[in-house]
Amino acid sequence: MSKTTEKVRKTLARRYRAERRFKAFGIVSIVIGLSALLLLFGDIIGKGHSAFFEHYVELSITYDPETLEIEDANDPEQLRYGNFEGVVRAAIQERFPRVEERQDRRALNALLSTSAGYELRDRLEADPSLLGQKETLWLQLDDDADMFLKGSEKQRENARLSPQQREWVLDLEAAGETRSEFNRSLFTSGDSREPEQAGILGAILGSVFTMLVTLALSFPIGIAAAIYLEEFAPKNRFTDFIEVNINNLAAVPSIIFGLLGLAIFLSWFGMPRSVPLVGGIVLTLMTLPTVIISSRAAIKAVPPSIREAAMGLGASKMQVVLHHVLPLAMPGMLTGAIIGMAQALGETAPLLMIGMVAFIVELPTGPLSAATVLPVQIFLWAGSPEQSFVALTSAAIMVLLAFLIAMNTLAVVLRKRLERRW
Amino acid sequence: MDTAEKLDKNASGRNHAEEPLIDLEEQPMQETRYPEHTVGTPFVDAPKMRFRDVNVSYGDTQAIHNISLDIGKNEVISLIGPSGCGKSTFLRCLNRMNDTIDICRVSGELFLEDQDLYDSKMDVVELRARVGMVFQKPNPFPKSIYDNVAYGPRLHGLANKKFELDEIVETSLRKAGLWEEVKDRLHAPGTGLSGGQQQRLCIARTIAVSPEVVLMDEPCSALDPIATAKIEELIDELTESYTIAIVTHSMQQAARVSNRTAYFHLGRLIEVNDTETVFTKPEHELTEAYITGRFG
Repeated sequence: MSKTTEKVRKTLARRYRAERRFKAFGIVSIVIGLSALLLLFGDIIGKGHSAFFEHYVELSITYDPETLEIEDANDPEQLRYGNFEGVVRAAIQERFPRVEERQDRRALNALLSTSAGYELRDRLEADPSLLGQKETLWLQLDDDADMFLKGSEKQRENARLSPQQREWVLDLEAAGETRSEFNRSLFTSGDSREPEQAGILGAILGSVFTMLVTLALSFPIGIAAAIYLEEFAPKNRFTDFIEVNINNLAAVPSIIFGLLGLAIFLSWFGMPRSVPLVGGIVLTLMTLPTVIISSRAAIKAVPPSIREAAMGLGASKMQVVLHHVLPLAMPGMLTGAIIGMAQALGETAPLLMIGMVAFIVELPTGPLSAATVLPVQIFLWAGSPEQSFVALTSAAIMVLLAFLIAMNTLAVVLRKRLERRW
Repeated sequence: MDTAEKLDKNASGRNHAEEPLIDLEEQPMQETRYPEHTVGTPFVDAPKMRFRDVNVSYGDTQAIHNISLDIGKNEVISLIGPSGCGKSTFLRCLNRMNDTIDICRVSGELFLEDQDLYDSKMDVVELRARVGMVFQKPNPFPKSIYDNVAYGPRLHGLANKKFELDEIVETSLRKAGLWEEVKDRLHAPGTGLSGGQQQRLCIARTIAVSPEVVLMDEPCSALDPIATAKIEELIDELTESYTIAIVTHSMQQAARVSNRTAYFHLGRLIEVNDTETVFTKPEHELTEAYITGRFG
């Protein structure tokens, strides 16, 4: 055995040990990361899943013209001012005829959601011939009654219902006159003070409009800046300075961008408050560095030989960029843009500063109508006192996470799909 | 890494196996052996390209010293010499590919026929259409074979109709000896071809623009002997219509394909002569030392 072999053998065991140790560290850190993620998801799903369902109660409704104070169901004016809640009240009191005290009746009425009246109005509007008729309907329960029905034994003890109300709800449940349904209003309505009527559609639309503005601004600006810096800019102190500052910008806390938006776009330019347009512009400032940095990396990764080939054939610089560099760098640029968008989608702080934290019930109709966004909606709900908002908050987080996962998956899929080999 | 270094690596990166590198700086009497002027016959009558006192520097480093040379019409001139001697740098001046390197400075007279290459009136796009280039590493675009060849003609608007373009593509591929191999898969990606085929595709792409001069920067260094032989045959055929300047590390290749050979040494042009003269009775001792394999 030669001397070298001897020496090599001596160190071999140590080298392999080091390798195994390194592998073990890697596995441990991945396990820690994954379990944190699972814990988070488990907690959120555990808390939030109940918000996707809510309870309805079966009641026999009489569209009594007298109670409704409606003579002609085709008159929108009369429909608007119709006393539908009176009809709902009459129906529940008919179900529990022995409740006679005024106070008790009020407690009984409180079991039903205020949305029940709107539901009746919509039905009557759709079918005016219902006036004076009877029908059996499933009407939404108030969030406290809903929570009571959803809860376990222990949770039921803590529910915000009086003993009397509990009795009534249990009676309805025992009679099979309650049922759990998919919570459609969660996805079809805007914010509300009543948890059972609150939905995230408004926040989703707000996020969509904000993201559209952000994408429309940050993608072209980011790519143009990246192309200029990589392909055209002379290498001198000034471009070095710009590069340092782009990297700086990426590290600036997002609340600062919010203050900037407040000071410049709202105070100085006098743009409206709480609108996705301003939110989008502020988030653009925040996303730009990410887009620029990843686009530059993508441009750098295009092999110089392709550029030389095109230039050798007499392509001008612009043609080299448009025909070759840009198509080859596009997957990387898109990935960067999507990851930037995902960041912006989860951003809350800067939007608080420009008023996108307002309580807005109306669904936004465009980038210029007041709106809030998903993460801000989560922030708002997390601070609400009603118990049901806890579940709603988690449900909104689940929706936000779903969007983020979808976007990041899209980024990975795009990169895989468009990746070219040369 | 700055660009000059990068370029240097490009020029020298591949050929360590072919040429045992020795450090030329360490050789004694190095300076005294340089000739005052290039020996041999650097000038010809009615040249296609004419260069006088060309100096090239990257920042503070001078890469090329006072090169004067003529390239005759329809001739193949090969540029040989040890790595880092400036042949590639010189070649890249001929169609101003060095423009892309910020710190590169070129001085002296460089003429294509009677046009000054570095004159402000000279359009670099036009120049590169007239002086095409084939690179060391096959670099087809990640597009179809057809699009690769059609790119140049499309760029310069050489064909107005589809059939004209088809014709240019076919002729170019035929001239490059690739037509028979790819005619059935013109729309397959050019990057899917073998290395030798890719390089011939690059040659087809270059001649599709009908340049007057074709520059080749070690076109065979990444290819196997069979592919190399094909390209050498091709160069033979191309010389009928084009003027070719080829940088090569293989002296056999220089001997096989070229009419004249120029020997570069450390940024200086030592000797230019008929290829036969260079390889049988070189006039300068440095040339002799190189071709007999004493260094480089």
